[in-house]
Amino acid sequence: MKEVFETSSIIEQLEDLKLNALQELEGTNSVKELESWRVRYLGKKSHLTEVLRSLATLPLEERRAVGAFANEVKTYLEKSLDKKRQVLYEAQLISTAKEEYIDVTLPGRAFPVGRLHPITQTLYEICDIFVSMGFQVVEGPEVEWDYYNFEALNIPEEHPARDTMATLWVDFQTDSGDRPMLLRTHTTSVTARIIETMKPPIRVIEPGKVYRYEASDATHTPMFYQIDGLVVDEGITMADLKGTLYEFARRFFGEDRKVRFRCDYFPFVEPGAEMAIACLTCGGKGCRLCGNSGWIEILGAGMTHPQVLQRGGLDPEVYSSFAFGMGIDRLPMLRYGIDDTRLFYSNDLRFLRQF
Amino acid sequence: MKVPLKWLQEYVDITLPPTDLANRLTLAGNEVEGMQVIGGNWENIVVGQVIAINPHPNADRLSLATIDLGTDQQSVVCGAPNLRLGDKVAFAYVGAQLIDGHTGQVFRLKSAKIRGVASSGMVCSEKELGISDSHQGIMVLPTEAPVGIRLTEYLGDVILDLSITPNRPDCLSVIGIAREIAALTGQNLHLPEVNYQEAPFPIDQQISVEILAPDLCPRYCASLITGITVAESPRWMQQRLLACGLRPINNIVDITNYVMLEYSQPLHAFNYPKIRGKKIIVRRANDGEVVVTLDGAERVLSGDMLVIADEERAVAIAGVMGSANSEITPETTSVLLEAANFNQASIHYTGSTLRLPSDACMRFERGIRPELALPALRRASQLIMQLTGGEVAKGWIDVYPGRRDHEPILLSTAEVKRLLGVEFSLEQIVEALTSLGFDCKPGASEVWVTTPYWRSDIHLAVNLIEEVVRILGYDKIPTTMLSRPLPRQNHEPILKLKEEVRRNLTGYGFQELITYSLTSLERLHKLLPEPHPIEPMPLRVANPMTAEQEYLRPNLRANLLAALEANRRHEDDGIRFFDLGKVYLPRPGDLPDEREMVCGLLSRARIEKLWRGEQELLDFYDAKGVVEGLVSQLGVDASFEECRDESLLPSKQTAIVIANNRLGVVGELHPKVLEAFDLSETVYLFEIDLTDLLPFTVGHKMFQPIPRFPAIVRDIALVVNAKVAHQKIQGIITSFPLVAQASIFDVYAGGQVPPGKKSLAYRIAFQSPTHTLTDEEVNEVQQQILDKLSQELRAMLRT
Ligand SMILES: [Zn+2]
Repeated sequence: MKEVFETSSIIEQLEDLKLNALQELEGTNSVKELESWRVRYLGKKSHLTEVLRSLATLPLEERRAVGAFANEVKTYLEKSLDKKRQVLYEAQLISTAKEEYIDVTLPGRAFPVGRLHPITQTLYEICDIFVSMGFQVVEGPEVEWDYYNFEALNIPEEHPARDTMATLWVDFQTDSGDRPMLLRTHTTSVTARIIETMKPPIRVIEPGKVYRYEASDATHTPMFYQIDGLVVDEGITMADLKGTLYEFARRFFGEDRKVRFRCDYFPFVEPGAEMAIACLTCGGKGCRLCGNSGWIEILGAGMTHPQVLQRGGLDPEVYSSFAFGMGIDRLPMLRYGIDDTRLFYSNDLRFLRQF
Repeated sequence: MKVPLKWLQEYVDITLPPTDLANRLTLAGNEVEGMQVIGGNWENIVVGQVIAINPHPNADRLSLATIDLGTDQQSVVCGAPNLRLGDKVAFAYVGAQLIDGHTGQVFRLKSAKIRGVASSGMVCSEKELGISDSHQGIMVLPTEAPVGIRLTEYLGDVILDLSITPNRPDCLSVIGIAREIAALTGQNLHLPEVNYQEAPFPIDQQISVEILAPDLCPRYCASLITGITVAESPRWMQQRLLACGLRPINNIVDITNYVMLEYSQPLHAFNYPKIRGKKIIVRRANDGEVVVTLDGAERVLSGDMLVIADEERAVAIAGVMGSANSEITPETTSVLLEAANFNQASIHYTGSTLRLPSDACMRFERGIRPELALPALRRASQLIMQLTGGEVAKGWIDVYPGRRDHEPILLSTAEVKRLLGVEFSLEQIVEALTSLGFDCKPGASEVWVTTPYWRSDIHLAVNLIEEVVRILGYDKIPTTMLSRPLPRQNHEPILKLKEEVRRNLTGYGFQELITYSLTSLERLHKLLPEPHPIEPMPLRVANPMTAEQEYLRPNLRANLLAALEANRRHEDDGIRFFDLGKVYLPRPGDLPDEREMVCGLLSRARIEKLWRGEQELLDFYDAKGVVEGLVSQLGVDASFEECRDESLLPSKQTAIVIANNRLGVVGELHPKVLEAFDLSETVYLFEIDLTDLLPFTVGHKMFQPIPRFPAIVRDIALVVNAKVAHQKIQGIITSFPLVAQASIFDVYAGGQVPPGKKSLAYRIAFQSPTHTLTDEEVNEVQQQILDKLSQELRAMLRT
């Protein structure tokens, strides 16, 4: 078929076509209707396509004018189609979302949940605090020589301080009948080893298990955890000790927790100190938990005794040093209100799952 | 150490309220652990005097007493057998709070009619006042008690309960604490005045002392008091002893205890006529020498213990306890009083070996100074003279082989600053030290300090620095952050490995447990399906607390299985848990090999039965999957080999092998082991030696480029003998260079496969780093693979 159109009439037809198409598009309500609309107005057999196809037969000038207009109409209709399609799609989504229902209150598929032991959690928290202050975490043997556990720390045989740390001795005798092997009673034994082996500057913390010859009760277990710390350098002062430990207390117990530092005695430090925090239960007024003192003792500390440094080969006139040590088990007990320390090692899942 | 405030007030003026005083003492190192207020509730109770006693008109056993209370008089009905005219008593007005003598209940006194006679008030017993349990009669006060005064004022007291640190034996005394209070509050100390008239006869004609073991007895002082009468000690002394926790015995023993509480110097009184040969010999005991101590027990001594002897026998275990053979009796008329000093280690050894802890022992083993002996001896001699009517022989014995001079210590303000980080002036330093009795010779910026004779804990400048700062206050120390350059950090890689393993396992749903490092042989034997001796024997604790905690664990699994057993009493669900800790393997003549291990247990449901789907049970491949996931996350390639772990089922276990090292095991526990642990379920276990694993986890990985050319994927199904292991087939397939990956996706045995055979299906990815493979290339390699599988494993392609 070969028809020759007047340019102006072709443009008029196209304008009518555009108007009709837009009106019909307005009336479409489904994807299906939309598709038939597309076939009718933009499909291969649509009038518009025909017009575009017949352009070749037109003289050059007309071809330009008609072609430009026809393409303009085509682009316009395509854009309108996209818009309408979007509108329909969204309307369908909303109606689907309204119709489909699942009971979201049913439980999800269970993943088994594992947790770190509360003591491990506490240890990691403490280590993180000290590591951020430049401390390095070190460990030492749990089965230890008397020397590192006692002698090196100014606790010779028959020293009354030994009575306060009832020792579990290993069944091991030397030829001379001595029994020098024991389960360490405190992690301070690692301090003795570090002084002997590391060169200053030293900034370490020493977490681990310790053992005592003690019957189990609500406040005692034969095994528990401690963490000791040691700083050796030139110019280390008791003010640094106080600053470091106050910072620890601030971060572990909270910004507003009151802290007290008082004189105390440990054979391996001088001057010796004890740090306490205001009781978490009564806030300092005095209650059963704090023995009416208002304070909870958290750790022992002090300037490392010059003889301890000397024994490890460090010159106390050149280097100064501080050391501290604390029991770990008490901390989660205070934090969570746990009243029996044996729970940590009885491994009842009903207890462990709470942390 | 219990110290009554009123006793302290004899030596020092106390200007602070008791709680403030306790706080100051605590901050300065003498912790006040408790305070007992005596008479805190004695409202409306005053000192009265019995001025008339008349019989009760209606009851024989009761009487009517008129009590003078200074401002008024009260008439009460009283049933006490010891009511006597003229006695001073504690009188409670109506409204006073008392303790019922029979029930122990607190009650408030009301006016009453007893057998028809009005009684307004009450004469109290000690029990009713809460002083003691005595309720046999009314409490009779000393005659000098002023009538009308509030009883709290007269008898009330505050008893401080101090925890004295082992370095301060001098503070195990009232004077020692008074001295601390004086220094802390700026008050003066008033010591008891010791001054008495001696009898004309000289002591050295009555007794001589010889020290044969001067290393164990640095000093021995003695005095002799004759003409005494043994009786009860005065009431005030008994009360003080009781308040300090000591039981009154008789005036002589009580005085020795009283002076010990005053000076911290233990004393011992011998019945002088019983000392044979008029000679005291301080010597080592003979091995096996037997002494019957004051408590009536026979004590067998050894040659490293010290005794006080006369010419014939031991009369005391030095510093620990006297012997019955020279005990003070009611008939004793003359005493030899000993104030000596003994070696602290020796006393500690003797006291703990004989299990005879005593107040004297505690003071000696903490190392009191020998200088204390003489002042205490003279104080006690004076009290005995005053309170028992005796005469003190002229002079005293003083054998003092351990006398030594104490060099002054130099302390500079610079050293104080170097250690404390705060500057104290020389004046402040000198003032603090002087207040504690130190003798100070100050220079320009330093001071020579001589330690007072009662302090045994001061040897170095640091000791003085502590004295200074505890008197000036620890709150004077500023808080500074560490300002020195950061030390080099060499974090121990095992710490990181342990943390990664812990965090991964918790991520896989495993709960971390911490079991005791100690276990029992019995429990370890439960791990053996066929009983046999345990080799090597684990390390034993010489003094175990309980049989359950006698051996250092050589593995984690025994205690972990016990924990599973315990949890099964209340837990039916699926359980996955692990312990990560040390095992202790004995080494001859050395500390044990402490190895870090991780051990996990899995049993019952993999996923609890939910509202949809069936309950699935955990199996061997869950345990193995955990291990594979774990080592892969640690960046290690593991393979699995045949294994013989006797606690596991022989057919369901495999060794974890990394670079030809066997580092652990996965398997199903042997039913006999489960039975021994009282477990009626299937339990899977994995165990990895982290100490051995560590070196394989620390190396750096090298980057592998992401493949540029696509992979061609082929599935093949093979039929092999049922016992051919997957790992072998996979090994052959992946040995071809163009094979990038070969994974098994199906295992089948049954109807469509001949008996004794199984079918394994693999998905093989072929890939070249240099070009896109063609089908022809892949076909060729696949054929080679099939040929090799057929040759080596008789594998057939399933069609
Ligand atoms: Zn409290």
